[in-house]
Amino acid sequence: MSDLKITGLHKYYGSFHAVKGIDLEVPSGEFTVLVGPSGCGKSTLLRTIAGLEETSEGTVEIGNKDVTWARPRDRDIAMVFQNYALYPYMNVFENIAFGLRARKFADAEINKRVHNAADMLGIGPLLKRLPRELSGGQRQRVAIGRAIVRDARLFLFDEPLSNLDAQLRDDMRVEIKRLHQELGRTMIYVTHDQIEAMTLADRIVLLRDGRIEQLGSPLDLFERPANLFVASFLGSPKMNFVPATLDGNTAILSDGTKLTLAGKRNGKAKQAVILGIRPQHIALSGKRVAIGHAQVKVTVELVQPTGSRVQVAFPLGGKSVVAELESRDVSKPGGKISIDIDMARAIVIDPQTEKVI
Amino acid sequence: MNKLPFHRRKDVRLALRYLVACLLVIIFVFPVYWLFIISFKTPDEIFAFPPVWYPESIQFSNYFVLFKDGDAKSVLNSLILASVSTFFAMIFGTIAAYSLVRFRTGGENLAVWIISQRMMPPVAIVFPVFLLYVFFGWVDTFFGLILLYTAFNLPYVIWMMRGYIEDIPLELEESALVDGCSRWEVLWKVVMPMARSGLFATAVFTFVFAWNEFLFALVLTRTEVTTYTVQVTHYFGGQSNFWAKIAAMSVLGTIPVFIAVATMQRYLVRGISMGAVKG
Repeated sequence: MSDLKITGLHKYYGSFHAVKGIDLEVPSGEFTVLVGPSGCGKSTLLRTIAGLEETSEGTVEIGNKDVTWARPRDRDIAMVFQNYALYPYMNVFENIAFGLRARKFADAEINKRVHNAADMLGIGPLLKRLPRELSGGQRQRVAIGRAIVRDARLFLFDEPLSNLDAQLRDDMRVEIKRLHQELGRTMIYVTHDQIEAMTLADRIVLLRDGRIEQLGSPLDLFERPANLFVASFLGSPKMNFVPATLDGNTAILSDGTKLTLAGKRNGKAKQAVILGIRPQHIALSGKRVAIGHAQVKVTVELVQPTGSRVQVAFPLGGKSVVAELESRDVSKPGGKISIDIDMARAIVIDPQTEKVI
Repeated sequence: MNKLPFHRRKDVRLALRYLVACLLVIIFVFPVYWLFIISFKTPDEIFAFPPVWYPESIQFSNYFVLFKDGDAKSVLNSLILASVSTFFAMIFGTIAAYSLVRFRTGGENLAVWIISQRMMPPVAIVFPVFLLYVFFGWVDTFFGLILLYTAFNLPYVIWMMRGYIEDIPLELEESALVDGCSRWEVLWKVVMPMARSGLFATAVFTFVFAWNEFLFALVLTRTEVTTYTVQVTHYFGGQSNFWAKIAAMSVLGTIPVFIAVATMQRYLVRGISMGAVKG
């Protein structure tokens, strides 16, 4: 059963076409992340699901009920906003209880639910405080608490962590993931942060210019991107893109380096292509012996240690290519090293269509 | 003075500053003091020369006369008119302002058109309004003046509340909508509390406007709903002025405004400065 079904959804703001025909079905209990660069329409899509924006075209069904023209309160949804949206004149308890009071729950039930939610989020001792007396992380917990007491069919998150500092963001991400596991509810989460998308999602919906570029599990998108945009959006450090010419099973780079591709590629002979190589798929020679690895000698240009790993930049095929090696592999620039590129996991892109071949 | 050491010079400057401050306070407070003190004087003391700076004994006979003759009822009339018209102007004005802000009612220009109604010199419409009121039989009724004052204050309330409502983060309202509130509940449970300072500040100004209104009260009242501003003018005679009554009535007329401003001071300051930042 699906909790959310969107069919042919369009959204116009005057002459601006923000959402251009989205079809999406979210199964019950799934954590779906809408991700994409700013202006891709992900927030608009979420707000249309919530009923905060009117649908220009298409339908929205929640729990097999057409809610395209229903008011937000009749959609059985709960939403967490980026700026917490806490009422400054109410204490934490009243903020969490707000939705229950609006729906005329009995006092005893409100009391029980608020305390349950507060315990779940570790904000039990803060119930008497006002929002201004809380830290950013605590406020976000309260905002999440306000959503979960509602026990709605669909939970919507609109960039809930973007106002928090890095450390707190990591903590809250874990918290949200744990909540999803405990509650087992269908959640739709909007973010522009690809790490959040990768770590939280059961399924990622990657948007650009109001369209879905690709959707699938995080690993699917990471390992089998459909096009150049998806390949470049996911992964940190970013995927390397090197222009090359295809000759049978061999990609020839502009500096003459020949790399043998693993498996059959349906490229035309002598076709100009872009070779996509993830920094993680490059290793120092001799570390691992694997079939389908191409060995290349390069000169190290730049070294950026990250602690557990080290990012090394070197010129290859006329581009600066980054490899993520083990932390003690390379310590300073200037030296020549020999690297293994995992060609089985490299992708080949048609520069005209930007699609993966 | 230049010969004095530095810390002495600072003391002198401070003393001068206090002196100027004291002078200013006296200049501003003295008229108020004089008003109060006349209202407690006997007729002999009022006209004595040199002036009696403070009466021998406080006596309330001037007030007693006002209450005995029923003149003091005009203060009650003013109180009813100002409170009720403020109440309605605030309710309708806030709803209208919300609609202007959230639903862009009337586009860009409606709000400006509304405030432009305040530019009209009231005296220009006194006569038409008077004829209209005679026709409807609203002259000298509470209903008539309350309607007029409410209408007069609406543009001001709408204009002010529009600014305060624009400052409320949209997410707060959206969150309430998702949580189960209707638009009216959002207005009542989110917008009103969020704009509380502005609400009170605007209400005080609206109240004071209605309280001080003189022109329409003079033209549109006879005996039933005479306001205190009109009542005071009755004591200015061609031959002589009833200073004792003028003073006592003025004191009675000052007290409600004083109480309103004093109790709302906290919101007033915050509300006005909120508006000031908005520009």
